[in-house]
Amino acid sequence: MLRFIFWRLLQAIPVIFVVITATFFLVRSAPGGPFDSEKAVLPEVKRALEAQYKLDLPLHEQYIAYLGDLSNGDLGPSFKYPGRSVNEILGSGLPVTAELGLYALSFALLIGVLAGVFAALRPNTRQDYIPMGLAMIGICMPSFLLGPLLVLVFGIYLDWLPIAGWGDLPGDKILPSITLGSAYAAYIARLSRAGMLEILSQDYIRTARAKGLPEWRVVTQHALRGGLIPVIAFLGPAFAGLLAGSFVVETIFQIPGLGRFYVQAAFNRDYTMILGTTVFLSTLIVFFNLISDVIAAWLNPRLRAQFKGGA
Amino acid sequence: MNTEQTALLMEAEDGASLWHDAWLRLRKNRAAVTGGVVLVIMVVLAILTPWIAPYGYETQNLDLGATPPSAAHWLGTDIFGRDLLTQILYGGRISLAVGFIATAVALVIGVTWGAVAGYVRGRIDSVMMRFVDILYALPFMIFIILLMVVFGRNILLLFLAIGAVEWLTMARIMRTQVQSLRQQEFVEAAVSLGLPPSAIIFKHIIPNALGPIIVYTTLTIPSVMLLEAFLSFLGLGIQPPQTSWGLLISYGAETMEEYPWLLIFPGMALTITLFSLNFLGDGLRDALDVRGSKD
Repeated sequence: MLRFIFWRLLQAIPVIFVVITATFFLVRSAPGGPFDSEKAVLPEVKRALEAQYKLDLPLHEQYIAYLGDLSNGDLGPSFKYPGRSVNEILGSGLPVTAELGLYALSFALLIGVLAGVFAALRPNTRQDYIPMGLAMIGICMPSFLLGPLLVLVFGIYLDWLPIAGWGDLPGDKILPSITLGSAYAAYIARLSRAGMLEILSQDYIRTARAKGLPEWRVVTQHALRGGLIPVIAFLGPAFAGLLAGSFVVETIFQIPGLGRFYVQAAFNRDYTMILGTTVFLSTLIVFFNLISDVIAAWLNPRLRAQFKGGA
Repeated sequence: MNTEQTALLMEAEDGASLWHDAWLRLRKNRAAVTGGVVLVIMVVLAILTPWIAPYGYETQNLDLGATPPSAAHWLGTDIFGRDLLTQILYGGRISLAVGFIATAVALVIGVTWGAVAGYVRGRIDSVMMRFVDILYALPFMIFIILLMVVFGRNILLLFLAIGAVEWLTMARIMRTQVQSLRQQEFVEAAVSLGLPPSAIIFKHIIPNALGPIIVYTTLTIPSVMLLEAFLSFLGLGIQPPQTSWGLLISYGAETMEEYPWLLIFPGMALTITLFSLNFLGDGLRDALDVRGSKD
């Protein structure tokens, strides 16, 4: 197991390095400097600004300086919000996005696993078709459509829930969490159905049933563990998806999280902010992929054995 | 023995049984057939748009403003008095074009890459697949946004960026296919006849791996369309004066309180198309008996 974690860590390092390097040179090769678009700046002022942001150095020295700052955990200053560092902005957005993602994921897991298991217990009956049909709708209904529709129905017509904000009014966290989570609920439902169907046809399940265990104990104690491996393996990629989804959901509901900052930075061409956020988010995503791989390997005895015996 | 089984037996003698068999199975899947029909209608509408659109794309009627659906404007008008049906038709052209072209880009890169990796095996294969693994781990949504910011928001770049993301899974599927195909006798025969590897890959291996390729392609198109709509919604994809379903949804969401039809109709167009593609893809997968191609 340790060996497996070690190998995956070793693979993650070049990925993060590639991300940092590619992002750095992409952003630097963008047409126009960060201070070009502003009103005419005196040459001296411009030079002083460039010196402050180290833009007067040759590109490779800038790159090395940036790597040096990064290794100290410093993501640099923001071009558009002078005096605020990327670290500060990320620090204020991260807890909000993390909370939103947590609620969305909990919603997705709860609904998805329940629906998937429920459907797998009676395949090809109405108990299967209805949840799976709903799951198909969830997959085809993008968050940027579902969000406004939910707002329209529950926020405006029924007037039950607030339509924007985060933590300002009671209940304003419900709609964003559902909007972000529903597509994942749908995927998880499909995955857990497929996983459960496969496990429920295995011999050890027949043995458990033959022992006379009640069905719910067969499901919860014997089948779930194996049947949910695909779901766990999906959580890593889902995390990346949740982050991307937070771009939209935070924009729709005006939530001051990472996603909204990223989209705004992209709009404002705030290059250091884009660079810093990309590096930060990418590292997070790579890290979560790693964790979900390790958990999936740990849950799967066959994979576990493979790595005990040496890769 | 019923007629269908007879037909199957007859086909088996022709050697075309796989495709015929798949076609028979697909035809029985009502959801897949409906999906296919809806999709064909959408594509035909998109192609014919310049001739069938009820109003001109840029025709405004500021005095009229936003009106709900009526006899003159079946789906209503937006705040500039532009006909929504016309907008949706033109938007559909772009959305579908992005879906098909970007998928085609992904298809070409992925199939070639996977076929070569699977065919040459050995060290080149492991280097090529390690490259795919590394790209897989990259957060691509963020990278596409980055590309759109750095190089400006143009539609060609959008095709390329999305295509460049989606080819990875295609390459993996193709490689697995090729690895199992190249052990079969007809490939050995081709090798012993002295055919160059490129001819073997393109003439003998790829045609025999078509099933999974078709299935995965059908399922890639909706995810590409979703990606385009997502970017356009954020204002980072298709730019005015062009329009797409994602962009129309984004405008609709801004004014949905007063003019809900501006959100609902473009949303329906997108959702119905995605539905059709997914049902068709699922149906094809069952019909062609492709397993484990969706990861």
